[in-house]
Amino acid sequence: MAIDLEQFHQVFFEESFEGLDLMEQALLNIGPHNETPETINTIFRAAHSIKGGSGTFGFTAVTDFTHVLETLLDEARDGKRQLTSEIIELLLESCDCLRHMMQQLSSGNPVDDNQSQPLRAKFEALLQQDPESPTMTGNNHEAVVRDCVDALLCAPLPKDDKADDNAREPTDVPHNEWIIHFAPEPQILLTGNEPLRLFRELGSLGELTICADVTNIPALNQLAADECYIHWTLTLRTPADKNRITEVFDWVLDECKLDVSPAPKTDVAQHNNTDAESSPPLQRAATAEPTKDLTPVSAVTTSTEPNKDTHTAIPSNTSIRVGIDKVDSLINLVGELVITQSMLSELGNNFDMNKVEKLSQGLEQLLQNTKELQESVMQIRMLPISFAFNRFPRMIRDLAAKTDKKIELKLSGEQTELDKTVMEQIGDPLVHLVRNAIDHGLEPAAQRLNAGKPETGTIALNAYHQGGNIVIEIADDGRGLNTEKILAKARDKGIVDSGATLSEAHIYELIFEPGFSTAEVVSDISGRGVGMDVVRRNIKQLGGRIEVESVLGQGTTFKIYLPLTLAILDGQLVRVGSETYIIPLIAIVESLQIKTDLVNKVSGHMLLYRLREDNVPIIPVYQEFGIEAENKELENGLLVVVEGDGQKIGLLVDDLLAQQQVVIKSLESNYKAVRGISGATILGDGSVALILDIPGLITLASNRSYNRLKQNRAA
Amino acid sequence: MAQILIVDDSASMRNMVSATLQSVGHKITDACDGKAALDKAKGANFDAVVTDLNMPIMDGITLIKNLRALPEYKYTPLLLLTTESAADKKSEGKAAGATGWLVKPFNPAKLLATVERVLN
Repeated sequence: MAIDLEQFHQVFFEESFEGLDLMEQALLNIGPHNETPETINTIFRAAHSIKGGSGTFGFTAVTDFTHVLETLLDEARDGKRQLTSEIIELLLESCDCLRHMMQQLSSGNPVDDNQSQPLRAKFEALLQQDPESPTMTGNNHEAVVRDCVDALLCAPLPKDDKADDNAREPTDVPHNEWIIHFAPEPQILLTGNEPLRLFRELGSLGELTICADVTNIPALNQLAADECYIHWTLTLRTPADKNRITEVFDWVLDECKLDVSPAPKTDVAQHNNTDAESSPPLQRAATAEPTKDLTPVSAVTTSTEPNKDTHTAIPSNTSIRVGIDKVDSLINLVGELVITQSMLSELGNNFDMNKVEKLSQGLEQLLQNTKELQESVMQIRMLPISFAFNRFPRMIRDLAAKTDKKIELKLSGEQTELDKTVMEQIGDPLVHLVRNAIDHGLEPAAQRLNAGKPETGTIALNAYHQGGNIVIEIADDGRGLNTEKILAKARDKGIVDSGATLSEAHIYELIFEPGFSTAEVVSDISGRGVGMDVVRRNIKQLGGRIEVESVLGQGTTFKIYLPLTLAILDGQLVRVGSETYIIPLIAIVESLQIKTDLVNKVSGHMLLYRLREDNVPIIPVYQEFGIEAENKELENGLLVVVEGDGQKIGLLVDDLLAQQQVVIKSLESNYKAVRGISGATILGDGSVALILDIPGLITLASNRSYNRLKQNRAA
Repeated sequence: MAQILIVDDSASMRNMVSATLQSVGHKITDACDGKAALDKAKGANFDAVVTDLNMPIMDGITLIKNLRALPEYKYTPLLLLTTESAADKKSEGKAAGATGWLVKPFNPAKLLATVERVLN
């Protein structure tokens, strides 16, 4: 085949997932009896596109499945069928099923039809129920229509098509000769039908001789340029039958007189002899009348090579869809950058000191351009958070049915934009939190009424920007966190000492501890062993944090703070000796000057700093990285208290420098992974600064003190 | 080579059709629905149009009707590209002024052959 279709798979999958999302949304919006033509059309189109694409790529399982879907939707579209809640339910299940199939396909696995088969059977049963649609499921009928249509206007070029033809006709059908009289109406050209095309099509069926009858052409002064006065008599020697020949004229049948009849027998016998040595189909086609016009055949084959090359050159499996306005603004900015550049280079060509002011103006402009360009490029990675929120209406609907609770979902701030990578990774934690809120947060309806609350519980998802962060809130108006229960459980599990007294905030924090789960019964919805500790870990991995607020009896709110992007980081520059390091701003709790009387030394040479009710281990950065520091004494030293993995440590540094946004460069891909360092960046003066990995540093430090402890004991 | 306008709401289909036709040197412009296609077609002089049938905003048949009404597209080959299940729309497409019909599943060789045949 000329074009390698595989290169289009990725786009098809993405588009299909999008289509399924749209379909699901539309399905959720229509209750029974309030379907609008446009929503049904949306659903239909999604199924239709998936079917078309999957057919093209040969994903038969998907094609077959979407075919029944489409048939049903087509009936709904034509008003022949009501979308009952039963059908909507089935269609929603099909969305899941198709999604599953697509996922299997996109990961290169074979598709299993465990899920699709029973669903398909249900649809087929539904379709047969309705007497109004007797033919719609008949595949035979459709196959015939398809064959006819296929035959229209198509040349017998590719091999598999030949195979098709062969399947339709016995392989050794003798070549018959047909005489075709074709007399088009004068207006035939006006409908865009060019007889020459029809002849080429005929030529592709076999050997064609054309004889034109020009007797009807009027004198020049009476001749209308856009009318057709010529009639033709064609002789075609072909293995095809009469139907196949008339099919060629299908499109013009009502605009012409057509007569197709077999030629006298003697000719046939003669031609059959020559047929024995006749060439394979392709060449046979090429000997037909307009020889040179069939050259596309060879064009197809030669084009294979460059296409293969481009295919291997595109291994990417992730892409991003960008609004055209964002691309336009980018192009605009690049345009401005080019202008500034040419202005500056002009200036540089004949520079003298009089032009210094112009130069500094130009540089100022360059700075402005670069900044805008940076913002604009970052914008491209940003997607509205509705991408992550969209799955919840469906989920809430299903969970409400499962738990027998009445739930209302409120979404706000859906247009808040978030980096694509962050978005992809925040999905699962969000789902977990929402499931938890429904399962553990919201009370059953009866209990709510007893407590004087509305019967319907509310789950509210909200997103907004705050500083350089995006905040996502998941709030429920359920029973709230019960501090006594949590504490009892934590003591039970040995997470806290039985004697310890904890503040309310500390108790809430306990739910994020590994191995903690308050639900007495592990339910189907949440509590599948993936706990809040995983949620917190995922969020931390994204450089974010999670907070919880709760009022007993009134509800719980989780707040997730995330960096806007993973490519840029707000950092605090610190100096240790001659080195500059960057501490992620989000990790910093506070910075302070050490008072030596608050420093305690414990076993293993670990130094602890008393910070209000906390003891914070002091980690001298110079020791950790084995470099020379300016100040090794604790007295008056600067301590940056940072938090990572729920632990606080104090980093001893020489100086606090500026705070600035830095572009993160991967150390791993440019050099190698280094423990305690998460990446690097290039500063304004061109020097490289390393970005500290706070959780990594904490692990390093605790390992070290543990080892020292062991050495001490051994000694 | 020819300037061809491709209209389809599915990006993968657009990509495939474009790549196929580009591989033999045609210049491609694409549009994601009938309305957009019509806007692009006006003033430009495409040598052929290949359009999907089912699209949001404006479907393929309406597009063809509208194109045929324009003097510069009176004789331009207009091809419909769609799935077999819509085959009963053929006569409708024809009445609107479509030159030909291509059936999905999309087959690059068939598309090329058809386009080459209708272009002249």
